[in-house]
Amino acid sequence: MLERTPVIAESLAGKRIAITGSTGFVGTALVERLLRSVPDCELVLLIRDGKRTKGPERLRREILKNDCFDVLRRQLGGAVPFEEVTTRRIKTIAGDVSADGLGLSAADGAILASCDVVIHSAAAVAFDSPLDSAIEINLLGPTRVAQALQGLGVAPHLVAVSTCYVAGNRRGNAPEELVSAGPFDLGLDWRKEVAGARRLRSDLDAKSREPEALRRFRHEARTELGAAGTPALASKTEQLRTRWVHDELVEAGRARAASLGWPDAYAYTKALGEQALTESKGNVPVSIVRPSIIESAYAEPRPGWIRGFRMAEPVILSYARGLLKEFPGVPEGTVDVIPVDLVVASIIAVAAVGPDRAPAISQVASGSRNPLKYRTMIDCIRDYFTEHPLYDAEGSPILVPEWTFPGRGRVQAQLERAKSIMTRTEKLLQALPLRGKQAEWTAKLEDKKTEVERALEYVELYGLYTECEAIYSVDNLMSVWDMLDADDQAAFCFDPAIVDWTTYITETHLPSVVEHGRAKSTPGKSNIEARPQRLRKQVLSEERHVAAFDLENTLIASNVVDSYSWLATRRLPTEDKIRYVLQTLKEAPSLLSLDRKDRSDFLRHFYRRYEDAPVAQIETDVQELFTKLILTKSFPAGIRRVREHRALGHKTILITGALSFVVEPLRPLFDEIVASSMTIKANGRYSGELSEVPPTGETRAQVLADYCSSLGLRLDQSIAYADSTSDLPMLEAVGFPVAVNPETRLAAIARKRGWLVENWSKSPGGPRPLLPVAATRSKAGAV
Amino acid sequence: MPRPGFVLEVDKSTPPTLFWRGEGFSLEKLPADRSRVIYAPEPLPALDDIDGAIRHALLNPIDQDPLPTLLFPGMKLTIAFDDVSLPLPKMKRPDIRQRVIEAVLDLAAEAGVDDVHIIAALALHRRMHEFELRHAVGDRVYDAFAPRGMLYQHDAEDPTLLSYLGTTPQGEEVEINKRAADSDLLVYVNINLVAMDGGWKSTATGLASYRSLRHHHNPDTMQASRSFMDQHKSELHKSNWRMGKVMVDSGVKVFQIETTLNNDTFPSPFGFLSKREWEWSAKDRASFIGTKKALDRTPNRIARKIFHNIEAPHQMTSVQCGEVGAVHKITTEHVYKQQLVEVQGQTDILTMGIPYISPYNVHSILNPILVMCMGLGYYFNLYRGKPLVREGGVIIMTHPTPWEFHPVHHPSYIDFFEQVLSETTDPHVLSAKYEEKFANDEWYRHLYRTSYAYHGVHPFYMWYWGSHAMQHCGRIIIVGGEARSVRRLGFTPASTLNDALELASDVVGRSPTITHLHAPPIMIADVT
Repeated sequence: MLERTPVIAESLAGKRIAITGSTGFVGTALVERLLRSVPDCELVLLIRDGKRTKGPERLRREILKNDCFDVLRRQLGGAVPFEEVTTRRIKTIAGDVSADGLGLSAADGAILASCDVVIHSAAAVAFDSPLDSAIEINLLGPTRVAQALQGLGVAPHLVAVSTCYVAGNRRGNAPEELVSAGPFDLGLDWRKEVAGARRLRSDLDAKSREPEALRRFRHEARTELGAAGTPALASKTEQLRTRWVHDELVEAGRARAASLGWPDAYAYTKALGEQALTESKGNVPVSIVRPSIIESAYAEPRPGWIRGFRMAEPVILSYARGLLKEFPGVPEGTVDVIPVDLVVASIIAVAAVGPDRAPAISQVASGSRNPLKYRTMIDCIRDYFTEHPLYDAEGSPILVPEWTFPGRGRVQAQLERAKSIMTRTEKLLQALPLRGKQAEWTAKLEDKKTEVERALEYVELYGLYTECEAIYSVDNLMSVWDMLDADDQAAFCFDPAIVDWTTYITETHLPSVVEHGRAKSTPGKSNIEARPQRLRKQVLSEERHVAAFDLENTLIASNVVDSYSWLATRRLPTEDKIRYVLQTLKEAPSLLSLDRKDRSDFLRHFYRRYEDAPVAQIETDVQELFTKLILTKSFPAGIRRVREHRALGHKTILITGALSFVVEPLRPLFDEIVASSMTIKANGRYSGELSEVPPTGETRAQVLADYCSSLGLRLDQSIAYADSTSDLPMLEAVGFPVAVNPETRLAAIARKRGWLVENWSKSPGGPRPLLPVAATRSKAGAV
Repeated sequence: MPRPGFVLEVDKSTPPTLFWRGEGFSLEKLPADRSRVIYAPEPLPALDDIDGAIRHALLNPIDQDPLPTLLFPGMKLTIAFDDVSLPLPKMKRPDIRQRVIEAVLDLAAEAGVDDVHIIAALALHRRMHEFELRHAVGDRVYDAFAPRGMLYQHDAEDPTLLSYLGTTPQGEEVEINKRAADSDLLVYVNINLVAMDGGWKSTATGLASYRSLRHHHNPDTMQASRSFMDQHKSELHKSNWRMGKVMVDSGVKVFQIETTLNNDTFPSPFGFLSKREWEWSAKDRASFIGTKKALDRTPNRIARKIFHNIEAPHQMTSVQCGEVGAVHKITTEHVYKQQLVEVQGQTDILTMGIPYISPYNVHSILNPILVMCMGLGYYFNLYRGKPLVREGGVIIMTHPTPWEFHPVHHPSYIDFFEQVLSETTDPHVLSAKYEEKFANDEWYRHLYRTSYAYHGVHPFYMWYWGSHAMQHCGRIIIVGGEARSVRRLGFTPASTLNDALELASDVVGRSPTITHLHAPPIMIADVT
């Protein structure tokens, strides 16, 4: 049964309500609440088409699938009636608040024009939005909505969601009025801010294309990827360039906001957005609703409901995980937090009382009516995590530290120090030739570094907010409250006074944050293997098509130099073998550096050594090489994996720069072997020259793609196993890349992208020939 | 006159007993008044004139014509010989096989036979390395035959090289080496280290294929062989004998040459290993301490190399040839004479020190599966009459059991250990579910044929070898073993012998009787 709500429900009954930003935290809650508690209204959701998914699909996936709707679905009696109700009551129109005219089609425009109320809650809330996109969405967004309505010749009630923090960093009372109307007006022209931000974007873009900058990006790409081949390096370089422009714009946003007295670009652009909307609203009646920091639900749809990661959660979890020892803030300061359902109820109430009666601006905040002291919040958090600690991977509880309320500077300095030590260690580790497990240290270190960086950003930002000692008055909000009858007040409660902070934090908010953050809240050793096992299962699924393998360090702990050395020394007397070893050691550094620069140049250069090797003799010797070098140095788990793929009906392909005759004995293991092949001279000896480009770097990706298309198989259903960044093009080409014993750089990449990492080793206890030199024939024992 | 085998009753004054632990050993104090130690008989004297004895045997076979009368110009002669799994440890050069083969070749040359093939009868074992072949047949034979392709190894996976001879009345298929089957005469050169070897098992197993072997290498046959060392109570042998009859009936003419060795197992620096502890001289004690200390400091890989390079001084005690069954009867008598020890009654706990070597890891690693096979397949079965340990009793082995495998020799073992044993250790279950898959696997086949790998199915056979013991015993404990590999085998790990005895008390009570099998040297307990 739906609940009985006289005034609000009645006044919105039969109305059509348009909502922007419905995929966001507030938006989702708003859609749910209207569907559930205002049974006769219709919803029109303005949804931007995603890269791959269109609006209606986003509605289904990103909004209706959220656990926010569990209550409603249950009330309606299951998935089928829910589907019926949502299909009947919700329409989606494709539009984008960062485009002029909202990018609406004529038909969608007509739908928008038929709406009685428009609730604009779309915003770029991320604290690290680049300046220009914050400007486009937050500053120009509301204006664009108002102008679109004017363009359509309609004037529905526009309820725009803003933020209390438009008031900026100030102490004392912050009233419910435009900043530009108050005593602290800076006289800013929002049009100039827009133009400035746009110009900055094009300036930075131009700067990023200067030769010096491009050289720098290329160098960085090379450091990160190694010899991954031109296409991979090019794409990385371009990626680094765009990222640089993005980062610069984020920084510019922060700097501009700080210079004008706002905590961040969000508050700054929102403030100007209100001003712009007021100036350009024309005949559209506008009501602005300003929430403070929105946190998990107090009661609706259920206590603790939350969507996405808000501002405080990462900080709370970092503290509970022991990562953040201290956090800046003044103990007697006020933290202005407001549960999401109170915000939603306020918006609905403002919409329901209508443009004539609703105040121009209503603040939904707790600070003036029911303040939460910083100390109270901290005590609650500490008590909670002392009683319900999180557990580390080993299953031991993590003790939370005593809070000392240090200044922001001290905490930041601590984190900066940690970050700089980590950065230096990371550089050092990356310079070492590490593989497999050791290489993973670096990757783990990088993870830790990212965590510290993130904590640093949050401290910086959240610190700004906690230091913001403004008290937001809620007189206008309470005037709306007084317009409601008792039933509505009960059903759509938004009086901040109802929240008992201690209960809310410890019984509703924190359990929800812990659950939402998937933090480990039970003792016992966690199953760290869970993720790799899951990935392994995906890789070994029958649906896959092709499994491609690199050879060296992926299936065997050996390389082309080893096999050449073995073959070259097989028929030499002992003293010549020693000479050979010394000679090779002397050449090793130059060979190594050539290999690092370009794999195929190295192979071509090195394979010259086979010139005049008798084909027949090599053929005989290769059989022993197979046993003595390849099998002896093989990774049994790797060989087993190839066989598992075959057993599952996948095609297996070996792609290697090794010479075809060396890998010939591996043929029964694979459906296809692509290797370097050498031409033979008329005298039955090898020429030392390759007949084709050796399959390395991007060639491998091409080889694999060709193989797949020749068999009508799909790359995105294929798996590639490789150990080095030079194989990156191949790994990136497939749907399921696997890094095997990755070297440092690949380990870092694999970790970042969540690839399966396998550490395969030689059979323990097996023979360990010190040098890849053939034993003198017929005398050698095994073991 | 060598002393016979001996069962020592342990009392308070008994010195600690030697337990092998792979490439090492320890001295363990067994509980007084309820423990006993079984020692092998001392080495029998070797034949004085070995070459003379061989020649004499060839000219005076049992139930068959003298070899020279069976040889004629233009004939196809095939000489098959036991592979690297025998003897253990490898014997000092010249190997018996070399002596016998050279004698046979001399007679063949005298008779003008020039179509001679010499085949290593390795069944599904790994191929022998060149240095091993040279050791077994001698450089002269090797250099004369191998380069011409006339000395080679049996390939049980080349259908063109196999000959199907029919089935036994029980439906067992007989498929053996084609060249051997098609020859006018098949001379088999055997070394009979334990009573299980020889007889029809030489040809019906050594020269056979998987198609044939699966009929007797399976859990049912193994559990019904009580023991392998007693031909008449062994299903394994009965099956081989039936197959032998099929061979004879289809015209395969076998001239069986069997030899026995004495149990002079270790050369002088390791002499203490074969001695009874209370008879150790000061020198023995010093070499024990010295060797043990040195081994404790030596990496596994190197210790392994040292041990596998040991060449045993054992020598031939008999050679007989002629008709397979008749020859084998005499051979078995000789083996029993060297190895049989009379033991009164069974025991609650059987302890055994597992050494570094088994027939399947020569120049290789005694991986966990082979540790199991040595303890439960070989040592447990070293009995005639009743098993040494009573039904429901406990076996305690000592061995480090590292999670180590030879990547070239035992590739299918690695997968068997990782994939099969992680799921089940029940021989019947794993046989039904996985045997065919491993046996017919292309990659294992490739490695068996072109490299030096045991056949894909071989780890299953090792597991079946122990199936009677697994069925018979209440608990199996490995002392000093790597816990995770011991658990993977389905056994209980213990860190000391005392801990193991404590663990065993759940099964056999607080005051069990204990019997220690002091092997090697190998003996057969005649349990009454």
